Amino acid sequence: MSEAPLLNATAITKTYGSQIGCENISLDIHEGEVLAIVGESGSGKTTLLNCLAQRLPMTAGRVSYRMRDGTTRDLAGLTEAERRFLMRTDWGFVHQNPADGLRIRVSAGANIGERLMAIGDRHYGQIRETAHDWLSRVEIPGVRIDDRPTAFSGGMRQRLQIARNLVTNPRLVFMDEPTGGLDVSVQARLLDLLRGLVDQLALAAIVVTHDLAVARLLSHRMIVMKGGRVIETGLTDRVLDDPRHPYTQLLVASILEV
Amino acid sequence: MNATLPAYNFAYLDEQTKRMIRRAILKAVAIPGYQVPFASREMPMPYGWGTGGVQVTASVIGPDDILKVIDQGSDDTTNAVSIRAFFARVANVAVTTKTVEATVIQTRHRIPETPLSEGQILVYQVPIPEPLRFLEPRETETRIMHALEEYGLMHVKLYEDIAQNGHIATTYAYPVKVEGRYVMDPSPIPKFDNPKMDDCPALQLFGAGREQRIYAIPPHTRIESLDFEDHPFRVQEFDRPCGLCGATDVYLDEIVTDDRGGRLFACSDTDYCEERRERAA
Ligand SMILES: Nc1ncnc2c1ncn2[C@@H]1O[C@H](COP(=O)(O)OP(=O)(O)OP(=O)(O)O)[C@@H](O)[C@H]1O
Ligand SMILES: [Mg+2]
Repeated sequence: MSEAPLLNATAITKTYGSQIGCENISLDIHEGEVLAIVGESGSGKTTLLNCLAQRLPMTAGRVSYRMRDGTTRDLAGLTEAERRFLMRTDWGFVHQNPADGLRIRVSAGANIGERLMAIGDRHYGQIRETAHDWLSRVEIPGVRIDDRPTAFSGGMRQRLQIARNLVTNPRLVFMDEPTGGLDVSVQARLLDLLRGLVDQLALAAIVVTHDLAVARLLSHRMIVMKGGRVIETGLTDRVLDDPRHPYTQLLVASILEV
Repeated sequence: MNATLPAYNFAYLDEQTKRMIRRAILKAVAIPGYQVPFASREMPMPYGWGTGGVQVTASVIGPDDILKVIDQGSDDTTNAVSIRAFFARVANVAVTTKTVEATVIQTRHRIPETPLSEGQILVYQVPIPEPLRFLEPRETETRIMHALEEYGLMHVKLYEDIAQNGHIATTYAYPVKVEGRYVMDPSPIPKFDNPKMDDCPALQLFGAGREQRIYAIPPHTRIESLDFEDHPFRVQEFDRPCGLCGATDVYLDEIVTDDRGGRLFACSDTDYCEERRERAA
């Protein structure tokens, strides 16, 4: 790709005391590209994602991002106000547990409208119309707009969380095990939906998953982590069809057995 | 009782404490709508009985002041009577029920109907000073939100109001923006009173005892009630005049007049109502 990357990470390390979270990781992500981060439990996927998303202070390394105005900024140099603005406009963050990413005490419509109101929308009717539109895009019936997420199934909550993030047309979305806590059939539907949205909106996404099928379906490229380090990286099909590192071979073999 | 009790300093609080509270008040006046922390003192009344307001009043009142205390618009409730008696005792100040005579007015739940004037101080008793708490319970987070002027959540609350009720159903403690900057909880006054805060010639001070916060609106400050373009702020309207004095532009309370379901709608501001009836008589 000739264009400059949307996000660049260089030599990211995060330690928790003497415990290594992730170590010396560099990566690029381009506009419209989906990157999967896979690896076993404790390999450092969430740590890396949170460092990239500026939700966790890094021990070392730097992350730069090409802002909407075209300038590339070292994210450590953003003011708190700029950082928070970026996070709720040009970025999204989808948590594994929807309760972590939703406001449980207000309706679905208010959940979707929150970002719009945060950036200054002051027309109730328009906010509601947009919320309605997004509900249908994530396949939640419009009549549920005034229901609270507590009245939703797990799959619906996750779809609501996604809608709430996408309403400002972010260019980059971080997801940590987005299909994690769901039943298999619900997972499949959510994956289809996510794939459709990512395509339509030309979203860039960084998706943490321990499920290689999720990586296969959603991502263009993937990195495989073990013990806080990247041990293999490449186009998703290449890594899954022709894994080079013995550990990746083991991972792929283990899912083919079932 | 006429003389100040020897055990108490003037107005109950010691001078050191009053200076500390005055510093907080000065800071609050300098940054309209900003919640200034202060070290709230034990008062001879429980929290919830206006300890924040009482400490503010104690810190601004002088021997020549004339104090009025209202609770729900009335000078005669137990709470109003006991706070007034407290200051008469510990500060030996003159007290009044007349809004025009008072130099300091401590209030819970109302702003007097009689327009306030320059030189007067209105002291509000505040239970919960943080307007963002409803949707964001973490204080670390609400502090950042104020600092960065991130007030979208206030509109989320109003959105929810309209979604659930068809209109903005918040009628008390209706949030306002102070001089285009800080969002502030005006304490549980009816939204009917919100317009009175705007460009008010009097100094308005807010004291929250349990929460240890003081905030202020200096005279002639711009106060806007939050709303949506298509759901503009509106005050309560009453479809009848006061049953006692006939006033039409005032806030009315429903009063049960007997045990057979008799009801009367009358001014909640008892001083205003009496004044009008005296003048008419
Ligand atoms: N807050 C923390 N304090 C101390 N150690 C931590 C903390 N968070 C993570 N770790 C450690 O860092 C390493 C990486 O953890 P991380 O949560 O990033 O892994 P993960 O790949 O997301 O695992 P999982 O698939 O189970 O979610 C692990 O050894 C973990 O024990
Ligand atoms: Mg994890």
